[in-house]
Amino acid sequence: MLKKWQKKDLLKAYRTMREIREFEERVHIEFAAGGIPGFVHLYAGEEACATGVCMHLKANDKIASTHRGHGHCIAKGVDINGMMAEIYGKKTGTCGGKGGSMHIADLDKGMMGANGIVGAGPPLICGAGLAAKTKGSGGVGVAFFGDGGSNQGTVFEAMNLSMAWQLPCVFVVENNGFAESTSPKYTAPGVTNLSDRAKGVGMPGVTVDGFDFFAVHEAAGEMIDRARKGQGPSLLEVKFTRYFGHFEGDAMTYRPKDEVKKIRQTVDCLLQFRNKVTSAGMVTDAELDAVDREVKALVEESVVQAKAAPNPPLSDLLTDVYVSY
Amino acid sequence: MNMIEAIRDAMDIMLAQDNNVVVFGEDVGYFGGVFRCTAGLQAKHGKHRVFDTPINESGIVGVAIGMGAYGLRPCVEIQFADYVYPAYDQIASEAARLRHRSNGQFYAPLVIRMPTGGGIFGGQTHSQSPEALFTHVSGLKTVVPSNPYDAKGLLISSIEDDDPVIFLEPKRLYNGPFDGHHERPSIPWSKHPLGEVPEHHYHVPLGEAAVRRQGSAVTILAYGTMVYVAEAAVAETGIDAEIIDLRTLLPLDMATIETSVKKTGRCMVIHEATLTSGFGAELCALVQESCFYHLEAPIERVTGWDTPYPHALEWEYFPGPARVGSALKRMMEA
Ligand SMILES: Cc1ncc(C[n+]2csc(CCOP(=O)(O)OP(=O)(O)O)c2C)c(N)n1
Ligand SMILES: [Mg+2]
Repeated sequence: MLKKWQKKDLLKAYRTMREIREFEERVHIEFAAGGIPGFVHLYAGEEACATGVCMHLKANDKIASTHRGHGHCIAKGVDINGMMAEIYGKKTGTCGGKGGSMHIADLDKGMMGANGIVGAGPPLICGAGLAAKTKGSGGVGVAFFGDGGSNQGTVFEAMNLSMAWQLPCVFVVENNGFAESTSPKYTAPGVTNLSDRAKGVGMPGVTVDGFDFFAVHEAAGEMIDRARKGQGPSLLEVKFTRYFGHFEGDAMTYRPKDEVKKIRQTVDCLLQFRNKVTSAGMVTDAELDAVDREVKALVEESVVQAKAAPNPPLSDLLTDVYVSY
Repeated sequence: MNMIEAIRDAMDIMLAQDNNVVVFGEDVGYFGGVFRCTAGLQAKHGKHRVFDTPINESGIVGVAIGMGAYGLRPCVEIQFADYVYPAYDQIASEAARLRHRSNGQFYAPLVIRMPTGGGIFGGQTHSQSPEALFTHVSGLKTVVPSNPYDAKGLLISSIEDDDPVIFLEPKRLYNGPFDGHHERPSIPWSKHPLGEVPEHHYHVPLGEAAVRRQGSAVTILAYGTMVYVAEAAVAETGIDAEIIDLRTLLPLDMATIETSVKKTGRCMVIHEATLTSGFGAELCALVQESCFYHLEAPIERVTGWDTPYPHALEWEYFPGPARVGSALKRMMEA
């Protein structure tokens, strides 16, 4: 399986996953220390999904994200200094501090935004897909949403629309086993896999192990390729778990205590990736350790910069509501 | 009791008293609600009375309407008022209009509870005050309690009411009366007289405002968190204002408002929601219609700015005591 991979791409994949992990672990610490305002939902544990999907995407491809959006942002190339500053509500943030963690967006990078409203992204990405089709500009759209979000009418509607108009879109449902405290076993008891819902609209649906970067990467690649060739949309379900609470501050009373600890030590996506590529002799531990160190320094720098950055001035309070006044 | 406990107590009492009452929403059953308003209710009253739903606001409200039409009294939770928009069609097109279009054949008694308002760094999708979207729709009642005592009595009245009631809970008040001074430690309800809540069933009727402070210089019309902001502004400026806590926006207690404004000759309207087409605009219109010849100054509004609720600059957005106070002074000079 690793034969078709080049070393530089493996290092790139690892680096992206590590950036996400490091970023999230650091935000976790900084949030607990009290420096970060607002609601923060961390992506740690789910890195293989954003990374495995977005590695197939080009600059003019678009993604729509969720409330748990940091990983998607990083994987789509959004600058981590801007992201960290945005989370801190600073002027230098990706959105000038107006949006915060739940609304980081960078249109130039094809990142249509994290979103505080569950289920809001999929219809938007249909629009991005149809815009690309109408203008003939090329590019595909990928919508990420959770197992919980998959129950929103907007998501079903978007999937159907994308079939009706054969849009160059891929729907990625990130099934981490919980919507806040509620399990998909309770809210979607009629399906074994959430990807089975693809049948309802007649698109292909596949479920993969989300701790396995290579499985996500391969399945996503086929779907994005299909979309790119004008063969229509598909649904990818990625199964894993989140390492932290639903939001920072969640006591997670609804989860067994040692669950996450065990997963971190056994199937963690970074751990598995490292074992696979080193035992195949394609990358050395030392090389991966070097990435770890570099990434740590980058994230450290983003926190230092964000803390030192200026708050938005009072004059920003009334701006950006209309294009013209 | 704090406001969370008072709200829970109202649902607990109504679940025990009336088999037709059901409570549901996202994370409401097993988990007990993200703000804990339904904690313990499923264990006590059973899974068929208190239950979880998928993330599906239009479904939650639509189902509640159908249940209400066939004799039940659903009291549902929308986790944050900001998530209500997917349900807005069911609220505006169905709940509010069933009775009218069926010539009174049927109606749906239901309560839609939702935490509202800012001051918790929730940003644009966790801080909104959408009350005017409901008062603008004929056929809905809209309630905004400002303290535990009222919250319990108003929620009981709302559940017993045959009309659809939008019950907006200012989330910044859940644990204590917040006056906009975010830099000071907050006071718990246990230290406030309105945190004293009787154990038994009681009503605070819909359509009755409460005068929180008697005064002669100016009438301040407020609801929710802004009641305490008004109290702080009055204490800081020393202006002898009469503070009216509306408690229900619809039906509105015009009699209390009119009596007060005719006495003071001045009126200020304050709310957290955006200014344009806010509920304050309706209040201004009503006050000038009924009290025009008693007014000694133009009616003033102090509200949130006409923008989405920002992530940064939260306290510049929030209409706190400084803004209310300076408007009060300006008014008294007019
Ligand atoms: C319309 C709407 N309803 C409810 C919420 C509250 N909420 C935020 S995240 C969440 C759970 C989402 O679960 P899932 O889609 O599985 O994503 P996860 O958090 O597991 O990544 C809920 C209920 C919301 N933000 N928007
Ligand atoms: Mg989930």
